Amino acid sequence: MLTKLTGGIVYDPANKVNGKQKDIYINDGRIVNKPRNAEFDKEYNIKGKIVMAGAIDLHTHIGGGKGNIARMLMPENHRIDAVAHTDIKRAGTGHAMPSTFITGYRYAEMGYTAAFEPAVLPINARQAHMEMGDVPMLDKGGYVMLGSDDYFLRMMTAKKDQQAINDYVAWTLRAAQGVGIKVVNPGGISAFKFNQRQLDLDEKNAHYNVTPRDILKSLATAVKELGISHPLHVHGSNLGVPGNIETTLDSIAGVDGLPMHLTHVQFHSYGTEGDFKFSSGAAQIAESINKNKNMSVDVGQIMFGQTITASGDNMRQYANHGFANPNKWVCMDIECDAGCGLVPFKYRDQNFVNALQWAIGLEIFLLVDDPWRIFLTTDHPNGAPFSSYPHLIRLLMDKSFRNDMLATIHPEAQKMTTLGAIDREYSMQEIAILTRAGAAKITGLVGRGALGKGDWADITVYTENTDREKMFEKPDYVFKDGEVVVKDGEVVKTVWGTTHVVRPEYDKSVEKDLKKYFDKYMTMKMGNFTISDDEITEDGRGSLTVHPTVGEKV
Amino acid sequence: MTKITEVPSPFCGIGSDDLTIQVDGVSITVTENGCAVNTPAFEQAITDISPRVDGKEVSLEEAVNKAAQILKKSNQPVVGGCATDVNGMRALMSLADRNGAVVDNMSFTAAKRNFLAMQDSGWMNTTLAEIKNRCDLFIVLGCDLEAFSPRFYERYLWNKESMFLDDTSARKVVYIGKAPSGKASTSPKKTKAQILECTDADLPEVVAVLRALIKGNPILVEKVGGIAVADLQVIADKLKVASYGVVTWAAGALNFSHAELTVQTICELVKDVNASGVRCSGFPLGGKEGDQTANQVCGWQTGYPARMRFSSDFPEYDPFLYDINHMFDKGEVDAFLWVQAFNTSAVPPQGGKIPTIVVARSGMVFKEEPEVFIPVGTPGIDHSGHAYRLDNVVAIRLKKLRDSGLPSTAEVLTAIEQALVI
Repeated sequence: MLTKLTGGIVYDPANKVNGKQKDIYINDGRIVNKPRNAEFDKEYNIKGKIVMAGAIDLHTHIGGGKGNIARMLMPENHRIDAVAHTDIKRAGTGHAMPSTFITGYRYAEMGYTAAFEPAVLPINARQAHMEMGDVPMLDKGGYVMLGSDDYFLRMMTAKKDQQAINDYVAWTLRAAQGVGIKVVNPGGISAFKFNQRQLDLDEKNAHYNVTPRDILKSLATAVKELGISHPLHVHGSNLGVPGNIETTLDSIAGVDGLPMHLTHVQFHSYGTEGDFKFSSGAAQIAESINKNKNMSVDVGQIMFGQTITASGDNMRQYANHGFANPNKWVCMDIECDAGCGLVPFKYRDQNFVNALQWAIGLEIFLLVDDPWRIFLTTDHPNGAPFSSYPHLIRLLMDKSFRNDMLATIHPEAQKMTTLGAIDREYSMQEIAILTRAGAAKITGLVGRGALGKGDWADITVYTENTDREKMFEKPDYVFKDGEVVVKDGEVVKTVWGTTHVVRPEYDKSVEKDLKKYFDKYMTMKMGNFTISDDEITEDGRGSLTVHPTVGEKV
Repeated sequence: MTKITEVPSPFCGIGSDDLTIQVDGVSITVTENGCAVNTPAFEQAITDISPRVDGKEVSLEEAVNKAAQILKKSNQPVVGGCATDVNGMRALMSLADRNGAVVDNMSFTAAKRNFLAMQDSGWMNTTLAEIKNRCDLFIVLGCDLEAFSPRFYERYLWNKESMFLDDTSARKVVYIGKAPSGKASTSPKKTKAQILECTDADLPEVVAVLRALIKGNPILVEKVGGIAVADLQVIADKLKVASYGVVTWAAGALNFSHAELTVQTICELVKDVNASGVRCSGFPLGGKEGDQTANQVCGWQTGYPARMRFSSDFPEYDPFLYDINHMFDKGEVDAFLWVQAFNTSAVPPQGGKIPTIVVARSGMVFKEEPEVFIPVGTPGIDHSGHAYRLDNVVAIRLKKLRDSGLPSTAEVLTAIEQALVI
């Protein structure tokens, strides 16, 4: 089947195409060169419309146990956003933490074709994949959480060499079917189980005698040496604590130039200045990111309104439970592996702290120079539901709109932010980098986020509109693997994306000690822990796509 | 004869996955690590292999078409039981969505006590491996744990080695409410559990007093529910010095009116201990035979646990109104689908003269033959699949142990859904 998209204005940063009118040809799901004398099975006249690759969200909580607790904790939040089934769509609910089907439909209806769950607990990975297996429309993948699991911490205490750590990391990545490695409050989730209520970067886990700094270094090294494309994905220490900017800057210094991705960095960029002892660290963070080329970040922008925070960081979630709104919250210790915490939040524009959080996120977006190293996220649902992305894009692309919004927030917060003085407006090409080309590159996806020959035809077509929110919330077309799946902002066909994984090699003898550990201390057999490929593919919808490690030939 | 090791069980809820099983044709024997719950559940013989319509054996296709006819004609279908694996539950939800049905898990009346408490104020809970390695004080509130789960103590408290306790046999076990029916809670060093016995009716008051003592509130009486307040004070004090206290309860055992308030008191008590500066966790028991699986899948597909309906084409949740027994009483049901792939004794509740379709494990015996009966394979025996453990975090990979030719729940329900559309 040969398809032609005629006359679109293409933004394809991966191939250095910046707003050029260009026809696109699709054959068997992939983009091809202009065929000679070909007749087209289908032609779409999209003259003058904006064309980008399908968008990719590299950090969004769409699958896994804590998300499902978040859903069930807030039935009242679903009642306001019930969605009926249609002939082609399943019923479900929104809002802060939508059901799986609605997650897939809504992402696709804003032009997204891939999303990554950033906190896959190895012991809960099966659930993450099963939930993502029920998210239609999107490609997906998960970052496997390590760093507070007792097996790893025991290795650290026993001073096992880096090779042994690497083997364990690669084994776990394979067993949990992940595409990257995540660390959350390094060692802190474990420390909370030993009744430590906070843990600074150089503070020791009371039982294991290791520090978050040690853990970061060890895992970042493992990721680098194993050739995993996505840098170590770090949810740092001291999330949400005023003054945590110091911790964050120290963490950057602590990995000695190894690749590291700081996630939802907005929550880690707080100073202690001003009357309320809460201030923006955005300028310092941005300066450090600009200088340290090994670093990348996603922002975790907050938006005003009701949401729920869902995190593996039960130490910090416990500390913040007093802010729960409505006043109900869940914390769990999980399987000598990790933990989780769910705290509903209502961010309010007339609350000084919330208002400044909003401004800090935007400052970071606008002060980090290199769009290839910063990504557009709200840490869904923690800062806001993903459905707020078009609004966020408008805030980035439209200075006067941004300043209008700024004028409405808590007056003291307005005084504490430099946002009004920042002139930068994101260009179309920069948005394409943040949400497509850059996201594909940093997650190591081959053939996605780009519109060159041989790339998968995940394509979004928008109608130019100076109101960028309106433009980005309702694409004319979304193509997934070459098929039209969304038309005029509505799903017209349900499809099932692939699961992206990466599989660095490891020494199989790592299983000898692991088997003993499982038999002695765990509650399941090692053989039953490992997720087989058929668990993802046997329903006939799922598939696996293995991406190469760094330097490996495709 | 084939021997299969490391077999996980969907029956006991605690995810025992160390069973050894001997398969001879379609007959199964548990040869190692069986228990009073798992062994009979695995060994039960296949009897029915053929579907029936009005008591007469028919082809699968005929049975499926008849089931679809019944559902198609219905104004308010309900799907009960919901005892199957993840793929079975997925197919069940899809059918219910298309058909505008009510979905009600058979254990929801018990689970509701937990959900109401959780959805009102939340909780701090833990999972089995944390108990196994950390718990030094284990408090059982109002349930007979070993009757529920015969191997719980053996697997998770009297394990020989743990990562953080030098001597697991020194763990303290306390029962408040029901006394244990056996000796599983007695430590390997013969230390018996401490028992503060009271009736179920007195349990809410006893738990409330325990919470008050933890918070340091004055209690003016000397006894509550027959238990000396001084004895409860000792328990409160123990919780506040334990390294990792765990308080467990079984919603199913709290079979009295407004038990959700007692669950809530338990959960708040755990939070109070944490607020006092030491760690403590709750541990809800419950969730065998697909209960957690039903709630999990329904949860991610609709946002709600498994007592909800699609009657208005979108999901609605109500833990009271969509109780199928309540709906039967009110005459609100005109077609009934019962799904139970694990337990042949869990027969459908009597709905009166309502057309009934049963998709269940081979061997179910009915007082009144349903309009349609389709025997299906059991997840973890006849086909592979996934099931959740009682702690809700861990999904176990169920194995296929034999070739029985029985279809899976998912295959049957998907076929019925397809027949609906024709």
